[in-house]
Amino acid sequence: MNNTKSGLLHNIRQAVLVTLVLLLLCGFLFPVVLSGLSAVIFPHQATGSLIEVDGKTVGAEYVGQEFTEPYFMKGRPSAYHYNTYYEDAEGNQFYNDGSEFAGLSSGSNNYAASNPALVERVEADIEAFLAANPNVTREEIPADLMTASGSGLDPHISPASAEIQIPAIAEASGLSEDILRQIVADNTTDKMFGVFGEVTVNVLGVNLDIAREMGLIGEVSE
Amino acid sequence: MLQLLLTIIIFLIIVIPVGRYMYHISIGAHTFADPVFDRVDGVIYRIGGVDPKKGMNWKQYALALVGTNAVMVFIGYLILRIQSIGLFNPNGIEGMEPTLSFNTIISFMTNTNLQHYSGESGLSYLSQMLVIIFMMFVSASSGYAACVAFIRGLAGKTKDNVGNFFADLVRITTRIMIPFSVVGGLLLVWQGVPQNFDANVVVETIEGTFQTIAMGPIAALEIIKHLGTNGGGFLGANSTTPLENPTILSNLIELYSMMLMPGACVITFGKMVRDRKQAAMEAAGQNSVTAPALNEGRSLTARIYGREGRSIFLAMGLIFIIGLSVCFWAESQGNPALANAGLNQSMGSMEGKEVRFGIAQSAMFTTTTTSFTTGTVNNMHDTLTPLGGMIPLLHMMLNVVFGGKGVGLMNMIMYAILAVFICGLMIGRTPEYLGKKIEGREMKLTALCIIIHPMLILAFSALAVATPGGMEGITNPGYHGLSQVLYEYASSAANNGSGFEGLADNTYFWNITAGLAMFFGRYLSIVIQLAIAGSLMKKRFVSESTGTLHTDTLSFAIILVFVVYIFAALTFLPALALGPIAEHLTLWS
Repeated sequence: MNNTKSGLLHNIRQAVLVTLVLLLLCGFLFPVVLSGLSAVIFPHQATGSLIEVDGKTVGAEYVGQEFTEPYFMKGRPSAYHYNTYYEDAEGNQFYNDGSEFAGLSSGSNNYAASNPALVERVEADIEAFLAANPNVTREEIPADLMTASGSGLDPHISPASAEIQIPAIAEASGLSEDILRQIVADNTTDKMFGVFGEVTVNVLGVNLDIAREMGLIGEVSE
Repeated sequence: MLQLLLTIIIFLIIVIPVGRYMYHISIGAHTFADPVFDRVDGVIYRIGGVDPKKGMNWKQYALALVGTNAVMVFIGYLILRIQSIGLFNPNGIEGMEPTLSFNTIISFMTNTNLQHYSGESGLSYLSQMLVIIFMMFVSASSGYAACVAFIRGLAGKTKDNVGNFFADLVRITTRIMIPFSVVGGLLLVWQGVPQNFDANVVVETIEGTFQTIAMGPIAALEIIKHLGTNGGGFLGANSTTPLENPTILSNLIELYSMMLMPGACVITFGKMVRDRKQAAMEAAGQNSVTAPALNEGRSLTARIYGREGRSIFLAMGLIFIIGLSVCFWAESQGNPALANAGLNQSMGSMEGKEVRFGIAQSAMFTTTTTSFTTGTVNNMHDTLTPLGGMIPLLHMMLNVVFGGKGVGLMNMIMYAILAVFICGLMIGRTPEYLGKKIEGREMKLTALCIIIHPMLILAFSALAVATPGGMEGITNPGYHGLSQVLYEYASSAANNGSGFEGLADNTYFWNITAGLAMFFGRYLSIVIQLAIAGSLMKKRFVSESTGTLHTDTLSFAIILVFVVYIFAALTFLPALALGPIAEHLTLWS
């Protein structure tokens, strides 16, 4: 009896001590060591691949942004507006459509394929897009441009979605379509080894180049 | 198609060395890294007062596992409740509410990683590290430890010693989890996953608006999230976010991280069982086993996977490929409701998916995360097409397609026992598996183990749709609402953790019921499975005869697949018919 009791105590002691050692090792040392290594080897990526323009941080390479100006390329719809917001005089924060900023978030509307709300949202977006791009027909719009990404932060659109926006952007920005096509090509990433993934166009990259070409901003540094 | 094929082929190649390494760790054999790790482990054993050579029987082992997990739960719960303290909390996150803390801590201890909170606003960096990352390591190690003990039981070199739990826990953590995580974590940072302790960054955009960008020790969490088949994201939208999963390469790293260990487990199983057979042969002084279908020495696959491991791996692989094909096909078809609205669907159903992954890698990730019970997502499962969403649901209901952290293998062995039992009845022989007679006690335990999983899913789903507390969570109208409920409990009971994220699940009802489903889904199965191993260990090996059903053949693998599907159809078809199948039929009508 005494034996099993001390055995049990011994087991509890082992459980507690092993837990504490592993807590220190996995929960503290591992992330701290990894941070140290990353800061030395990949300092740019470890701090979020931030992009600077004229010494000011304007965004991150892998995080999409919401754009409203007619001379900028538009990304995909986002349930959280890419966490992009403006402040009024009192410091209240609003999304570009005027609704209240929900704080840092990620995700989608989670509409099921059969949910009527999905069709409603897509139809409204199609109408708005057609109004802004009068030379485009409904059938030409690629699916990715009218559907929300899973993260609400997707930095990319498909090359087809970039191409159909070019005429309207050319008109609004005063840049030629050839220059815009070149800008899109510069910000296009091919499939890995030509096989894995998809061909993507980075919208923020395109818009930074458009802004620089228009003389709105200076040099971009990453 | 080509990229899916290549993705799978690469997996089949890299799983081999990892399986070999894991096998060496499991049997305590020599590996190249021993000089370092022996010293590290030695220090941990000394601090903890662990005698790694002291064996345990299955009851002691199960008790040590459950007890240690209880200690971890207690510490983790405490940290969640007091996380508002100023330590590693640059974003000023508040403490967590009790039922949500209960759900979260059970969720991470059971390796489920179902999240009823959003990482951005729910957890401080301290909690992300000391609770989430810590639990991701130890819950995975606990699962593998249970699996290794289970295999030792089946491979039965002794009558009652299944190994030392503490030694297994430490060895698996230090020799597999941590080194793999450091290398994988660095690769992810290279691809653009942030790893720092800074507060979230606010930038001013070129349009003059502001944007908040998440920061934190994301890469550290990200790598162990996949390696330990955990699945809970740093951010609300998990691996769909470009912060957790920025490129196609990071996507593949994460994909392989979650596939490697469960695949390696099957190889470990095959090799350990083969060792036992060889030992038995040597003891009997025989030169060859009676009636082997293929000579062990000549067949390459048998040498890599072990003969018994090969048929299990094949059965799992077949179910996986079938699921992947259906999911990929369904998503490629697009959404007819959007086609009616005039939106071209030639790209497939892109709602909830990222452009950089497209349909193919999204379907691959979805099928993998639910087969290997990880629960990480690179697209939103709630927005999958009805049939595309049925595959992840089904694979969690099966819970045998590789499975996470060893339990998938243990579950599959349950079905293997069921399969030999059914075949035994048909040919009128006493069923045997791995040279042991399967008798009343094992069959009762097996039946109990197999029945718990559907019972948890269906009973809790019934409860949810019968009570107002449950109904309040449903956010999509029609048949999809039932799918949301089924998915939540299937994910909980299978310790998967992915979700139909639309479900409004941070309420008392959902926190508590899902917490219970996760708890029973994890510990009841593990204890019963260890009991079966303990019971089989005590039996004598029966010598093979011409009437023995060979379990290392292609035909057995196919029988196994059918047993799994038939069982699933009998249990889940009515529920699936009311959920995803009904939704599909109405959508495409």
